Amino acid sequence: MAAAQELTPTSYIGHHLTFFQHPVGEGSFWTLNVDSFVTAVLLGFVGVGFLWWVVRGATSGVPNKRQAFVELACEFVDNQAKSMFQGDRKFIAPTALTVGVWVLLMNAMDFLPVDIVAWFTHFFAPHGFRIVPTADVNTTFALALSVWLLMIYFSIAVKGLGGWIHELFCTPFGSNVLLWPANFLFNLVEYVSKPLSHSLRLFGNMYAGEIIFLLLWMMAGVGLVGAFFAVLFGFAWAIFHILIVLLQAYIFMMLTIVYISMAHESH
Amino acid sequence: MEKLQLIALVQAYTGVGIGLMVGLGALGACVGVGIMCSRFLEGAARQPEMIPALQAKVFLLLGLIDASFIIGLGIGMFFAFANPLLGALG
Repeated sequence: MAAAQELTPTSYIGHHLTFFQHPVGEGSFWTLNVDSFVTAVLLGFVGVGFLWWVVRGATSGVPNKRQAFVELACEFVDNQAKSMFQGDRKFIAPTALTVGVWVLLMNAMDFLPVDIVAWFTHFFAPHGFRIVPTADVNTTFALALSVWLLMIYFSIAVKGLGGWIHELFCTPFGSNVLLWPANFLFNLVEYVSKPLSHSLRLFGNMYAGEIIFLLLWMMAGVGLVGAFFAVLFGFAWAIFHILIVLLQAYIFMMLTIVYISMAHESH
Repeated sequence: MEKLQLIALVQAYTGVGIGLMVGLGALGACVGVGIMCSRFLEGAARQPEMIPALQAKVFLLLGLIDASFIIGLGIGMFFAFANPLLGALG
């Protein structure tokens, strides 16, 4: 959206889908999406910082509204963890709360109109700046792979390394040596599909939501009729997207709890 | 002209592919959600006191059932705006 460049539909959408990148090494793997990274870290500090600040000033007497809100959130997450996992929730519930709050804040960045944000970010990122970290595959994969590593860690911690390897090769079909490849393949599919679906679900929802917003706003540039319908559909889609933002954060949190609690089970 | 024909070919097939991805995905997702919600309504009619507990599960399952469709939608959008097949043509 630089003044010198002609504004076509493809260039408008392409501009809004361009990351603000910075290479830290050779090749595209080592190109950092600075916008996703910085926004995610800032939102992490905001979210966890808010929780820490409220807890620091917490009283056991009559709580003020901030404390009541945080207590509500913590109790909600704890109830979800309690329903899924019957063991010691000391690690799983705070993990779920952190993941839930962080993903919710990152998703909520989708509420800000991209063109208005672009007024400010154009000063240091003329080619594009994407403010929704979870619309970046890298962020969602980072979260999902962290949960995956936790899953493997808890599997090994609860069952022991030998027990885990035994489970990999001997469930669910049986411990006959001939069945080992079948068992391993089955478990491999499960282990690969969990982080993949976990991350791509969140990414797909946020990315598709952003694309639909961009397409609607492109329609608004067509003429008076286009603007009228864009406002109408944009309003409807924005309200639906509020539900999607909350729902996807909730689903991500629930699946974190489910995967980590499943790692504690032994077959 | 030869290059243009190739580009047109790739774009045409990509368009059809995106349509199939989104359409068939939507078909599966909508039928699945319809079945799940009909069971929820049935259960809610039999036991109204279970409605809050079931409703929470309904929303969770909604997101899970929609997952493959949304992933397909994301891949479709990726092909629509940053088609790698077109990029391979040069």
